[in-house]
Amino acid sequence: MSGAVLELVGLTKRFGGVTAVDGVSLTVPAGEVVALVGHNGAGKTTLVELLSGALRRDAGEIRVNGDSVALRSPREAQQAGIATLHQHLALADNLDAVANVFLGHERCTRIGLLDEDAMEREVLELLARLSPGFGAVREPVSRLSGGQRQLVAIARALRLDAKVLLMDEPTAALGPGERGRVTELVRRLTGDGLAILLVSHDLESALALAQRVAVMRRGRLVATRTSENLDAAALAALVVGGTD
Amino acid sequence: MSPEALSASDATRARVSAPGARTGAMLIALGVLWLALDVATGGLFLSPRNLVNLAVQASAVGVMATGMVLVIVARQIDLSIGSVLGFTGMVIAGLQVEDGLPGGPLPWPIALCAGIALACAIGAWHGAWVAYARLPAFVATLAGLLVFRGAAWLVSDGRTLAPLDATYTRIGGGLHGTIGATATWWLAAAISAGIAASRLSGWRRAPSSGGLARIALPAASLFGTVIAIAAIANSVPAPDGSPAGLPLPVLVLGAVALAVHGLATRTRFGRHVFAIGGNPRAAELAGIDVRGVTLRAFTLLGALAGVAAVLTTARLGAGTNSMGTLAELAVIAAAVLGGTSLAGGAGSVGGALLGALWMQSLENGMVLLDVTSALRQVAIGLVLLIAVAADARWRGAAP
Repeated sequence: MSGAVLELVGLTKRFGGVTAVDGVSLTVPAGEVVALVGHNGAGKTTLVELLSGALRRDAGEIRVNGDSVALRSPREAQQAGIATLHQHLALADNLDAVANVFLGHERCTRIGLLDEDAMEREVLELLARLSPGFGAVREPVSRLSGGQRQLVAIARALRLDAKVLLMDEPTAALGPGERGRVTELVRRLTGDGLAILLVSHDLESALALAQRVAVMRRGRLVATRTSENLDAAALAALVVGGTD
Repeated sequence: MSPEALSASDATRARVSAPGARTGAMLIALGVLWLALDVATGGLFLSPRNLVNLAVQASAVGVMATGMVLVIVARQIDLSIGSVLGFTGMVIAGLQVEDGLPGGPLPWPIALCAGIALACAIGAWHGAWVAYARLPAFVATLAGLLVFRGAAWLVSDGRTLAPLDATYTRIGGGLHGTIGATATWWLAAAISAGIAASRLSGWRRAPSSGGLARIALPAASLFGTVIAIAAIANSVPAPDGSPAGLPLPVLVLGAVALAVHGLATRTRFGRHVFAIGGNPRAAELAGIDVRGVTLRAFTLLGALAGVAAVLTTARLGAGTNSMGTLAELAVIAAAVLGGTSLAGGAGSVGGALLGALWMQSLENGMVLLDVTSALRQVAIGLVLLIAVAADARWRGAAP
């Protein structure tokens, strides 16, 4: 497929005798959302960890914009343009939004001190684009709402010039009122040409957000469908699978 | 009300009750303690000479407490530093005296540098066991506590090493260990200018946070403190009758505290230490070299134990193998009293200094009151318990 930003070819990960991810091949084009659904233990989270550099694959290939990438560490994944929005958001709760957005990539002045002004300006700019009116950039993120914390995590991903955004259960940490905002945000991000791989339990929201839905079962990719001709019931049937 | 507005007001409230108020409460409590001790000792406690004494006594623990803050913030602990102080102090003394260590006697600056380098290496040794061999810090540094206490004895088979170089002993703040009136006033002026400059630049950056008056009051109270300290130090006479001025150990403590505070709040390293303490997994996923940062925190604390060894040996004018016994606990207590959370992620150098001052005030006051050392230990232990319990309850969180 041309225009594929993220390509997985025969991706495999074993833990002892268990094959958690078994020969998964999948593509995510620019500006598109692909949802990955499946039961607990289907291999979704392992797949996310392989792509975010938290785990190393045993076999298969990962390509970003056609270039094969090794992804031996979270930093390598970031450098390859893959940003991950972890389910628990992976924020340092005791630090403020500015510190979290720049975590591990702090900007410094010539004499090696943190350049707080420059970082704050950039974070305010980023957040203004994502959610106008967000100003609490100097409060510890533990004091922010679930949605605001997610914005902070997304701002971090975007600042790293991500080409691919992995979203692991993006709506799980949110109140019902905030889910609508995530939908809107995802639309805006794909509008900017980002490729999004969304992992979700929530089949309804997966269908609502994604152009295509990929179903995993016992480590294998068992089906890929466009979400247009699919309803939640049909998708649930795919997730549960046949009698095997 | 929108979620943003709601959490912003929550945050404002939290900020009011958080570190500033805590420091204020500690200062008030310290003031009350000081007044009580002064009354009980018939004015002895708050005499200039005793206050200077108190500051000198608190220096070694204070120096180590600044580094302990970073180690505890990163969710680690170091039980070895009292023994590291003892061992490196013995080495520094052994390199200076006749019939000490082989290769000696060496000029004191070389002995001093060798001692601090050794302490640094020992800190790195403990850090490596924790960060790379993944041993719990409690175990790795408990082993260090035993190893280096034994090593301190082995340096001279238990002999006290003395006398040390006369110039060297000035660092301990004894008879000729003060900088005199003129230098003290110049230093006070320089520090005041520094405070004014940093406050003013802070205000220029964010003038919306309040008028000039809002920075003027805290700045004025800082000026007042600086001038009061200088005046107190200058009202103590030196042996020749002239004003003594600030003792060197207090200057060392001030310089160390300023440097470690800067490191903690203004550098990548400090930011990463706090991030690891807040959420180690997040720090790792953000690409932070968690092991390297942990190693460096232990190395820094080791080096500071070396500095404390210099202050201690210089003050004693000798090296004795029991130096620093139980110092690790005084240091941890100072950090915790000063608001460092044993759960990691929170703490400050300024708080640890206040904590060290608190502990030393109790000790010093009770000595003046002729309380036996056994009873002093009981009292300090109980005060620590009550203070931390009260603090935890107040914050509504685990200490």
